[in-house]
Amino acid sequence: MGLLSKKDAVLLTDPLADNNPITIQVLGICSALAITAELKASIVMAVSVLFVLGLGNVVISLMRNIIPSKIRIIVQLIVVATLVIIVDLVLKAFAYELSKTLSVFVGLIITNCIIMGRFEAFALANGPWRSFLDGIGNAVGYGVILIAVGFFRELLGSGTLLGFAVLGDPIEKTGLYAIGYENNGFMLLSPMALIVVGILIWIQRSRNTALIEEN
Amino acid sequence: MSKRTDSNSYTIIFAVAMVFIVGSLLAFLASSLKPNIKENERIEKQQNILYAMGINENDASSANFVSTEIAGGEFKKYIKKQLILEDGKVTENSDAYLIDVKKEQTKAKDGKARRLPLFVGEKDGETFYVAPIRGKGLWDAIWGYISMDENMVVQGAYFDHKGETPGLGANIKQRYFMDDFIGEHLMSEAGVFKGITVKKGNNDAVNEDKTDYQVDAIAGATITGDGVSAMIKKDLALYVPYFKNLKK
Repeated sequence: MGLLSKKDAVLLTDPLADNNPITIQVLGICSALAITAELKASIVMAVSVLFVLGLGNVVISLMRNIIPSKIRIIVQLIVVATLVIIVDLVLKAFAYELSKTLSVFVGLIITNCIIMGRFEAFALANGPWRSFLDGIGNAVGYGVILIAVGFFRELLGSGTLLGFAVLGDPIEKTGLYAIGYENNGFMLLSPMALIVVGILIWIQRSRNTALIEEN
Repeated sequence: MSKRTDSNSYTIIFAVAMVFIVGSLLAFLASSLKPNIKENERIEKQQNILYAMGINENDASSANFVSTEIAGGEFKKYIKKQLILEDGKVTENSDAYLIDVKKEQTKAKDGKARRLPLFVGEKDGETFYVAPIRGKGLWDAIWGYISMDENMVVQGAYFDHKGETPGLGANIKQRYFMDDFIGEHLMSEAGVFKGITVKKGNNDAVNEDKTDYQVDAIAGATITGDGVSAMIKKDLALYVPYFKNLKK
């Protein structure tokens, strides 16, 4: 490992599994529930959070010695909101089609608790490089879960992936539908996101029993 | 942490400076990008109107506009007349498509006369009348364009939204939903305006009955669907006098 010291590499890899923001820290559930009915939306959200969290962590880390502790939460909120609005404006001017897909997420990113959580817990106490790695690690950990949930919800709920019909046509009764398979519309409703996340948490903890909290 | 950053005066100065810096940064960015954004919105309107008329690059299942480069040219080529209906008077105006429907709706609420844009297009010898509509979905605004023939039979529909739920309400801009409107009648034989209702369980999922004034709803998107029904009924009803006049 030339580029990353062992301590730094942990920042990237830890949030992917044993300290995953969604399944272990239970942050960012609100957005995981709102936008995972479609795989495409999950991917877009994952990439947006990657960008905002990576950059935001660096900005907060650079400002960490001058931020007055009394108003630090508000300062963090302003930094996220500014970053998100800048991205939104630039996309609207130069990549209009993409910005239309993203507009739904702007509000969700600003209020994403993972972002505030990482600013508060990590960037305020660490240097920019380490904060950047922590941001990227957590965003990827978040994105992986989001994409997994989106995959199952779209597949079981609509019978499509990224909008492509993979199980056949439900109206023409081709593919799987010919033998009586039905889409489970329930998968598209928000509560099912929590159940899918719950199943992921269960799988993760049964494979790594060290994660189970003691009563 | 140092005590310096804990004092009240430092906190206030920091807050003021931050607001000032962030505020000017965003204001500067917004105003310098405004021309680009406006231009993008203008082209999008042209693409939307053309889409409703059936001039698009749809493939088997997805909805695609004509490309932004040719939108302006195609718009000039196919849209023969742009009309503004106001107080029963009809005037021609080549910038009618730039009318902000939201502003006109607010004007109507305040009791002032509302300008109604209508675009008359021609393709393959057929005439299309395209009207904009706008209403409320579950979270935010929804809008669209409906193209009709002179009997108010729908020839094409385009819907869009600001923030409906992805996978549910946001699907109003999917082909399978928009295409259901094609061929639906808005007016009964007797000339009574009926609108089109987005209805759950209407026993016509493949939409064969075109004179039931109904299309099949999207499961899990009831409020967005109701919003679509409402904006069609409310906004298109205003055009009925024009179409009745047309047939005289």
